[in-house]
Amino acid sequence: MTDLPKLTQRKLGLVIDLDTCVGCHACVTACKGWNTENYGAPLSDIDAYGANPVGTFLNRIHSYEVQPEQGCAQTIHFPKSCLHCDDAPCVTVCPTGASYKRVEDGIVLVNEEHCIGCGLCAWACPYGAREMDAAEGVMKKCTLCVDRIYNENLPEVDRVPACVRTCPTGARHFGDFSDPQSNVSKLVKERGSLDLMPEQATKPINQYLPPRPKDKMVSSDQIETLLKPVAKEPKGFLSWLDKALDAL
Amino acid sequence: MHPAPSIIIFTVFSGLGFGLLFWLGIGIPDISGWNALAIYFFAFASAVIGLVASTFHLGNPQRAWRAFTQWRSSWLSREGWFAVIALMTMGIYALGIIFFEYAASTIGFIGAIISLVTVFATSMIYAQMKTVPRWNHWTTSALFLTLAVSGGAILTGQSKTAAGLLLLAGILQVVAWMTGDTRFGECGSTIETATQLGGIGKVRLFEPPHTGSNYLLKEMVYTVGRKHAGKLRKWSIMLMCVVPALILLVLPANLFVGIIALLTHLAGTLASRWLFFAEAEHVVGLYYGRR
Repeated sequence: MTDLPKLTQRKLGLVIDLDTCVGCHACVTACKGWNTENYGAPLSDIDAYGANPVGTFLNRIHSYEVQPEQGCAQTIHFPKSCLHCDDAPCVTVCPTGASYKRVEDGIVLVNEEHCIGCGLCAWACPYGAREMDAAEGVMKKCTLCVDRIYNENLPEVDRVPACVRTCPTGARHFGDFSDPQSNVSKLVKERGSLDLMPEQATKPINQYLPPRPKDKMVSSDQIETLLKPVAKEPKGFLSWLDKALDAL
Repeated sequence: MHPAPSIIIFTVFSGLGFGLLFWLGIGIPDISGWNALAIYFFAFASAVIGLVASTFHLGNPQRAWRAFTQWRSSWLSREGWFAVIALMTMGIYALGIIFFEYAASTIGFIGAIISLVTVFATSMIYAQMKTVPRWNHWTTSALFLTLAVSGGAILTGQSKTAAGLLLLAGILQVVAWMTGDTRFGECGSTIETATQLGGIGKVRLFEPPHTGSNYLLKEMVYTVGRKHAGKLRKWSIMLMCVVPALILLVLPANLFVGIIALLTHLAGTLASRWLFFAEAEHVVGLYYGRR
């Protein structure tokens, strides 16, 4: 049913650290690789070697330039995938019940056997998290690697979403937001995170940690102070050496 | 938003069909036999062509029946149900009129109301979209409904009523355009709220995720033809409302005049519906530094 559950037992999701992400796109590649070979229809590419290649991706990295009122502009890499919203508008608009939010862990999934490919859920999502697969005609979205996180055939270290497992800078964290003692809850509390587009009232689960404030450039007179001689008269071993060499 | 021809045909022709069924259901015009057969055939054909067209844009149309299952939450699902119930109710009423010269007016009245509710449900598929501020407004439903009953009034030969409704539709269309033009700015979504980086400073897209296009950009950041929007608006409102209203008021009421009025009205409505999609901006464009 496309009614949203009143309460989910857990709230699984991602924390993405915008301070740490270097925009290497490793998570994009890992996501495409895993999700092409596993859950549901493969993520197709159309005209992959031609003039206008397009493809289905569940995770895309935008890069933004942010210009503070004073000082240098900052480049911030911004990975974006499904936020597994508590009030997911993509679920309620679905006419077939293919789109649903799981009661047990809050993951928003598409049952591809029931999806008619009308595209309405992609219209309802403010974040651009859903993409219609051009080859299969069904809606694709982040599954939070539901086929990894509970997969007992994998070593325990691998039971996290592919994007989290692969991130070389540790900018992505996976956990349960309903547990205040979880790694993700602690990170969110410590660093202070905000919902994306709160005015859309979707109550997203995934959280983005804001970039830490940059170091400030020291002013020129501060540099002068730093460059002043620390001692007028030499002392210690060097003073002895200086005197000894003079005496020679 | 991408103005898919199948969706434009769906909304315009199913709207016209159900608008016509509304008038027929309340007993206007008072006809029976072959005349009734012809006009009911037109109404059902128009509604069904629209509904069938709506399945053309589906990725997997063979499963379209599943769209009837989620009426509790989905306007698209409700639209399907209302359409089927309206067609069935009006079908029973039509059989009585055509073959037995018997007007079961209660059934007709119920069918008329459900026909209007169907058009309302169609409009709500779009008006519910918080992500598309231009659509997310009462004018969307008001315009869809008024246009449907205007088209129906032309087809049922009610010149004066049709002219009045067309002028009302014209006013609603202008209000929808004028208020719609500023609604994206008023909705509160900006690239700063989208990224939540506004606390640091002014945000601009430095690099998109990929050098090529993608589904999101093609479907929701459709910008083709916007430069002609002003010209198209003038043409569409002239053809959709002004010209057919004048034709109906000035020229003598006969079948030929009615057909001319209907054709101009349809041409204008198709143009207006194209603009309805092509001019609509989705908030996801903000992530791409576009609208």
